[in-house]
Amino acid sequence: MAVEGIGARALRKEDKRFLTGKGRYTDDMVAPGMGFAAFVRSPHAHARIKGIDTSAALAMPGVDAVLTGDQLVGDGIGNLICGWMIHSKDGTPMKMGGWRALEPEIVRYVGQAVAVVIADTLGQARDAADVVVVDYEELPAVIDAVAAMGPDAPQIHPEAEDNLIFDWEIGDDAAVNAAFEKAAHVTRLNIRNNRLAPNPMEPRAALADYDSAEEHYTLHTTSQNPHVARLVLSAFYNVAPEHKLRVIAPDVGGGFGTKIYVYPEEMVCLWASKRAGRPVKWVCDRTEAFLTDAHGRDHQSEAELALDADKKIIGLRVKTVANIGAYMSLFSSAVPTYLYATLLSGQYDIPAIHANVKAVYTNTTPVDAYRGAGRPEATYLIERLMETAAREVGLSPAEFRRRNFVRTFPHQTPVIMCYDAGDYDATLDAALKAADYDGFAARKADAAARGKLRGIGISCYIEACGIAPSAAVGSLGAGVGLWESAEVRVNPIGTIEVLTGSHSHGQGHETTFSQLVCERFGLDTDSVAIVHGDTDKVQFGMGTYGSRSGAVGMSAVVKALDKVEAKAKKIAAHLMEASEGDIQIEGGELKVAGTDKKLSFTEVALAAYTAHNLPEGMEPGLKEGAFYDPTNFTFPAGTYVCEVEVDPETGKTEIVNFVAADDFGKVINPMIVEGQVHGGLVQGIGQALLENVTYDDNGQLLTASFMDYAMPRADDVPFFNLSTHETLCPGNPLGIKGCGEAGAIGSPPAVINAITDAIGSNDLTMPAKPEKVWALYHSSMKEAAE
Amino acid sequence: MYETNYHRAGSVADAVRMLTEAEDGKFLAGGQTLLPTMKQRLAAPSDLVDITKIPDMKGIREEGNQIVIGAATPHAEVAASALVKSRLPGLATLAGGIGDPAVRHMGTIGGSIANNDPAADYPAALVGLGASVTTSKRTLAAEDFFIGMFDTALDEDEIVISVAFPAAEKSAYAKYPNPASRYAMAGVFVARHADGSVRVAVTGAGQSGVFRVDGMEDALAANWSPEAVAEMSLDSSNMLHDVHGSARYRANLVTVMAKRAVAAAG
Amino acid sequence: MSKVSMVLNGKAVSADVEDRTLLVSFIREVRQLTGTHVGCDTSQCGACVVHVDGKAVKSCTMLAAQADGAEVLTIEGLAGDSGLHPIQAAFREHHGLQCGFCTPGMVMSALDMINRHGPGNLDEQTIRHELEGNICRCTGYHNIVKAIKAASDQMAGMAQAAE
Repeated sequence: MAVEGIGARALRKEDKRFLTGKGRYTDDMVAPGMGFAAFVRSPHAHARIKGIDTSAALAMPGVDAVLTGDQLVGDGIGNLICGWMIHSKDGTPMKMGGWRALEPEIVRYVGQAVAVVIADTLGQARDAADVVVVDYEELPAVIDAVAAMGPDAPQIHPEAEDNLIFDWEIGDDAAVNAAFEKAAHVTRLNIRNNRLAPNPMEPRAALADYDSAEEHYTLHTTSQNPHVARLVLSAFYNVAPEHKLRVIAPDVGGGFGTKIYVYPEEMVCLWASKRAGRPVKWVCDRTEAFLTDAHGRDHQSEAELALDADKKIIGLRVKTVANIGAYMSLFSSAVPTYLYATLLSGQYDIPAIHANVKAVYTNTTPVDAYRGAGRPEATYLIERLMETAAREVGLSPAEFRRRNFVRTFPHQTPVIMCYDAGDYDATLDAALKAADYDGFAARKADAAARGKLRGIGISCYIEACGIAPSAAVGSLGAGVGLWESAEVRVNPIGTIEVLTGSHSHGQGHETTFSQLVCERFGLDTDSVAIVHGDTDKVQFGMGTYGSRSGAVGMSAVVKALDKVEAKAKKIAAHLMEASEGDIQIEGGELKVAGTDKKLSFTEVALAAYTAHNLPEGMEPGLKEGAFYDPTNFTFPAGTYVCEVEVDPETGKTEIVNFVAADDFGKVINPMIVEGQVHGGLVQGIGQALLENVTYDDNGQLLTASFMDYAMPRADDVPFFNLSTHETLCPGNPLGIKGCGEAGAIGSPPAVINAITDAIGSNDLTMPAKPEKVWALYHSSMKEAAE
Repeated sequence: MYETNYHRAGSVADAVRMLTEAEDGKFLAGGQTLLPTMKQRLAAPSDLVDITKIPDMKGIREEGNQIVIGAATPHAEVAASALVKSRLPGLATLAGGIGDPAVRHMGTIGGSIANNDPAADYPAALVGLGASVTTSKRTLAAEDFFIGMFDTALDEDEIVISVAFPAAEKSAYAKYPNPASRYAMAGVFVARHADGSVRVAVTGAGQSGVFRVDGMEDALAANWSPEAVAEMSLDSSNMLHDVHGSARYRANLVTVMAKRAVAAAG
Repeated sequence: MSKVSMVLNGKAVSADVEDRTLLVSFIREVRQLTGTHVGCDTSQCGACVVHVDGKAVKSCTMLAAQADGAEVLTIEGLAGDSGLHPIQAAFREHHGLQCGFCTPGMVMSALDMINRHGPGNLDEQTIRHELEGNICRCTGYHNIVKAIKAASDQMAGMAQAAE
């Protein structure tokens, strides 16, 4: 086994178990005597519960318990929380309505849980759930966020008048007004960012096990952040104190944000396992996932860009209405504010920006962070504006962007962010070259000869990852710190376990985190094990989301490795009677520089544990922990170029070429980084072309299965042309910026810019469904002819 | 899924008896639509009579000028059949585009037509080719077999045994799939028979299931070329309208798919 | 309840199960082979693909009783006691998996398409089309397509060498 350090295309350590069916996901777990949970859900988007009759269900075979919201409230189980406080521009705190895990009084979206059945088998539980009689009095429902603020809309929560949760602003309104007054040109767009269903392939699941003798709970669940889940379950939901609650997130089949949150079902399983006196398993089916997993996006915006006579941007004004759904999910308030409006400057030097965001309740599934979370919405808005403005002022979209790039760092934007490092020309140049941008006209002519409409679109995205530092996010309203912790345990024979608070659900941490250790000590990867996802093993951690595991999680590992290295060197120096400064680590050995004296890593580790001959006063053992709190966000950026061909007869778009040139800072494993980009791109392309959560006017979800919600398939996308261009992030020891979300952030505007270029009409909303493109193309042809 | 009783029939007579004896039985002919429906608890048959193992209902054979396909023959077998490919290439294309490879291994022609989903592919081929359906009771012309959306002439205890397709001079199928389910949003089967007659049958687009387009048939009988139908705009008043596409768009797709099917038929 | 018997990964097994038991439940819950997954309710995602009598099927859309008497192959039975089948090895080599949840179904579908088209006879377009019934949310399919192509070509080479 070779030593595969930083930068190596190391094959993944975790693959063998996944490829042979030996992965261990939550639904694979079995507890002796376990029962199964089935939830009774509201068929109405808004209704008052007049009564719940559980008697028939309780009489069904195999049924242990039928539990309702009254019992939940009676047992002191707390409401679900939103962990980020936002204040409106008038200084008032956000208006949050109560959210109970089982609703006893008023249901506010289709699919909301009102009762749960625990039975011997899943079939029995579902049979019994079918005969729970809930007497509803239907209430009027509202689905659209703008309509929800209107005078005729039903009041969803008593706390939020006009369904307005907050009316927040950022930036300098006066400076923006002044810029627009002197503008030579103003570009205006109404922009809709469509609602998405995250759909990790593994549905959510929970196996809750209450030990009555120890009064201790164990929860296996599909979580991206088991420690945060335990904290929330313990501190806010009153399920159990932290030391009586173990949360294990074993192999988790994709997250994309949707598995950050603690949902009603997981909490109810814990509570029900005590109530029913047996372990309780619940596995979400796909339709339940569409109904209850937090959705993503759903913004409606008015955007205006002011240019001076030199076609330089002098101001940006944005008004956004964010649909939050029926309840405020865990980070729902941060997504359309600090994760969104702070990125509206894009890669550009914009002297004045003002954004107003209204967050609104509707009778729909709660909305929260989904891959990118706020940053795709910002990127889509600014990059659609840039492309449109370039066309309006007659500059090439590439040239117009280049004219406005930020080129000196650090760069303070008018919306909080301070960009630390980047080279936006480098990624734009690389992308244009890889896409043969200059040769596009010939390809367009060739396509026209084949009866196809060819178009090309650019997107220059920037995002912010590794949200931090904790003190700063705390001042902005975050309820948690956003550091990460790690522990490096060297065992007596020199093998190493790294315990990390990051969680891998597809990202390959077992491989990449090992690479850090291999690099540091020259050990082979088989000597290293990565431990994560268990609150009993890892002391604490904030988990994996927001592309933070590299920039924050790995930095914590590096800090712990620094401490281990320092102690190992002290021991080696002592044993070899050398000066500590002369000890070098190479190929798994600690050597005295300039001599042939050396000790193997194993010998030093053993010496640390036998403790027979350690430096005076040194504690035995070789194990170090570290907490790492970054000094700033990181700012991955890049340019994507999409080329499409549209079939004018059907309106169907084919992506014929897609180029991504990214700056992720230091790359630990290029193979894994490329995989992250591929996946992100297809989620972004899915948003642009296919995916759209759709409700009817009564709040019934029309896209509640893969029969109606179009997921990208293999034949919807091409191979991708990727490259990376590194500027190191100065804010963390490895120079990492993060790569997990870029693809999903940067790609939607590139696709839509390409299609609007192809059809010669700019009035296109996502998803660019064939019918829409077809109708738009033919109406623009008709207009041109008239 | 609600509890049910599974029976495996060894013969057609067996199957009819099992169904008749059941309280609320249904034939299981592959189950690629029925089982998902039962899983969603939208159907709750007391008994399922599996008819896919009945020897008389399997296989593909040539009888005179007809290709006869046993009702329990899976789509994959029809798609891969050398006989079908050479005599009715449009039918092979159609069968090879139903669902996905795994679905095609289980789903059968009899199950598909007995369900008569308005977005299913096979009804277009049956009507387009003027096929006849032989059941446990009678033989019916395809157009008499399909009554409307999810509705056929079959009695509760009547089983489709086989479908006989007259060999056509030319045939092709062009389908525009729903991006989510991959069912047809518009599927058009075109066939020209030895006597010069032409049929154009459409699935996926109509509110009442499969239908023929007289205007296109006349135009193609006079001039078998894509151009003959390319400019033909259809009345959209009887087309489906849903979250995936409007009636007007579906009408357009029918024209485009008809044109492409004729081009593919050569 | 009915007694269902089958040869599962080369081993004769049987159990009494409710007639409504799906094949995937028989495999996962009765036989405790949890490599076969369930990712949807409507037969689209393909995480549950296994082979029944040599052909890929969706085990979530088939009753265990329908497979009575059949030979069933799951991801656990694909390779021998040690090592990886060439398709599994190619998925690893080309990073054709991330979270691993869709992977068993992808691998079983890949084997089916290679069997039907013959090793070495798959191009990019065919592979993408053949994957219509398998959804992956992590990889963007790029590396899955590459892995299947590589496996198909490698298996053709192995078949040639064996001749």
